[in-house]
Amino acid sequence: MFNRDRWIEILEALNSNKMRTLLTAFGVFWGITILVLLLALTNGLKNGVSADFGNFATNSMFMWSRRTSIPYKGLPKGRRFDFKLEDVQLLKEKIPALKYISPRNQLGGYNGANNVTRKAKTGAFSIYGDYPEFIKQKPMDITEGRYLNYSDIHDNRKVAVIGIDVVKGLFDKNEKIIGSYIKVNGVNFMVIGTFRISNGKGDREEDANSIFVPFTAFSQAFNRADNVGWMAITAYDDVSITKIKPQIFDIIKSQRKIHPKDDRAVGHFDLAKQFAKITGLFGILTVVGYFVGSLVLLSGVIGISNIMLIVVKERTKEIGVRRALGASPLNIKAQILQESLLLTILSGLVGVSFAAFVIWIMNYVLDLSGPVENFANPSVSMTTVITALVILIVSGLLAGLIPATRAVQMKPIDALRIE
Amino acid sequence: MIEIKDLHKSYQMGSNSLHVLKGINFSVKEGELVSIMGSSGSGKSTFLNILGMLDEADKGAYFLDNIPIKDLNEKIAARYRNKFLGFIFQSFNLITYKNAIDNVAMPLYYQGIKRRERTEKALHYLEKVGLADWATHLPNELSGGQKQRVAIARALASEPKVLLADEPTGALDTKTSYEVMELIQGINDEGKTILIVTHEEDIAHMTKRIVNLKDGVIIDDTIVEQVRATANV
Repeated sequence: MFNRDRWIEILEALNSNKMRTLLTAFGVFWGITILVLLLALTNGLKNGVSADFGNFATNSMFMWSRRTSIPYKGLPKGRRFDFKLEDVQLLKEKIPALKYISPRNQLGGYNGANNVTRKAKTGAFSIYGDYPEFIKQKPMDITEGRYLNYSDIHDNRKVAVIGIDVVKGLFDKNEKIIGSYIKVNGVNFMVIGTFRISNGKGDREEDANSIFVPFTAFSQAFNRADNVGWMAITAYDDVSITKIKPQIFDIIKSQRKIHPKDDRAVGHFDLAKQFAKITGLFGILTVVGYFVGSLVLLSGVIGISNIMLIVVKERTKEIGVRRALGASPLNIKAQILQESLLLTILSGLVGVSFAAFVIWIMNYVLDLSGPVENFANPSVSMTTVITALVILIVSGLLAGLIPATRAVQMKPIDALRIE
Repeated sequence: MIEIKDLHKSYQMGSNSLHVLKGINFSVKEGELVSIMGSSGSGKSTFLNILGMLDEADKGAYFLDNIPIKDLNEKIAARYRNKFLGFIFQSFNLITYKNAIDNVAMPLYYQGIKRRERTEKALHYLEKVGLADWATHLPNELSGGQKQRVAIARALASEPKVLLADEPTGALDTKTSYEVMELIQGINDEGKTILIVTHEEDIAHMTKRIVNLKDGVIIDDTIVEQVRATANV
């Protein structure tokens, strides 16, 4: 296989008809280029959409209370209820697979009435009473100052971390932000930080109009006692939140005296499930990419097979001579196989390089033009490249198989007779 | 060197079978220069092909240097051809994209000999046929006579026991034919056993023994006075 003389033989044979070799190689070159580009584009789409998903920890769910729909233990249906802080504690104790539970209370809302004032300026913003873990579930860039911490929680500090649009709405340019006070529903909070959330989904604007304050200070200031309106729950990566959420509901239902079958009482949004859907979609797109790419590659491979058949036919006499001089059928077969393999792999490598070049150009243009909706950083992983190469090697062997068999089918005596 | 006993061969042509060789008994001693003659259809090519292990007989025994040649698969046949036989063809059959020395080295390549040794040997045989200066030329840069001499060098390169030549002068003019025969005679003088299939009387008379084939049997086998090729030039 790694015989230098054999390689020289092969190169000589391929060199003896350069134009044809080149045209044949083009088929495979084109096929692998398409394959790699398709996968890169799929990847770009995936990157783009994933970015739109925000970088919220994907193994998460959100849960909020609604009205009960089934009477239970003497309590009527249609009852309103709230989660309690003790529920959070209980969930943490009973389900060790949960990584973070962030209880939250909310005031106002996006596009609601004005609720925040500072000096002469007012604005309508979403106010969240949150725990420090929340930033680990939903990463945000702290552009100035700091985020909430546990000292803020324990000391019921009335501090706030505000979004960039809050800054725009309440502060003049070049005004000092950190350390200044804003008045939320009549209660003063000191600004300790500003944040920006990159890659927001459609709610980028909503995020920018948010104010985070410590959960405890929020409850105290706005009379929420130990009620909890909403929870963001994240599980450890090795356990799917979708699998453990029934457990969570069961605990909550028994805690809040809700009928075990009353599924409408607790509202939730399973981010992991949605994410799995998207991931599944891109899984399918990748398969489609491989499928279509491979088909294009297949036509290239058939081209090589075809040409090798012609080559074998043309060289029938030469093959006969070689066999008369002592070449065994295996010698001949190996040579034809290696020729097609070399042709396939070489053109394939050129194709991969060319595709890489095109991808580089795409990225360069994307960098210049700025972010594009639903598309970012088209690329292929090393695994993909290696897979492509394996496909090439296999197809090279396949391409050579029929011609190689054909080459030794004819008896040398008949081969020699051909003019 | 060659022992053939009661050799039969027939071809299936559609529904009828064509009996080409009908019991040939034939033997060649070492160092002989034999010509096999016969009109077309006499079976001389088939006979040579069987001798050359390119074809197999239906019946009969064939010993080459006391080795029984039978039931060969392609792999063993290839090895025997490489070891025991050197072929010279009417149309030279050089590989067009290889230069003279690489063509000569080809049988050695299939013997698995290292490149350097191969080139050395090949050059030696090219010298022997007087073409050392043409070593790096491609076949299409050579004249017919030169091509056949390269082919002879190639046949000699593997140091075979027997040279088989199928109409070696068939594609050459008289003058070149004689030059080639002179070379063949010279090789025979050194002791090599050579069989030549030809239909040219003058070429046949340059050998030492003429075997005449007709309708698949040997009708005549005579030792002749060898005519030296030089005398005719």
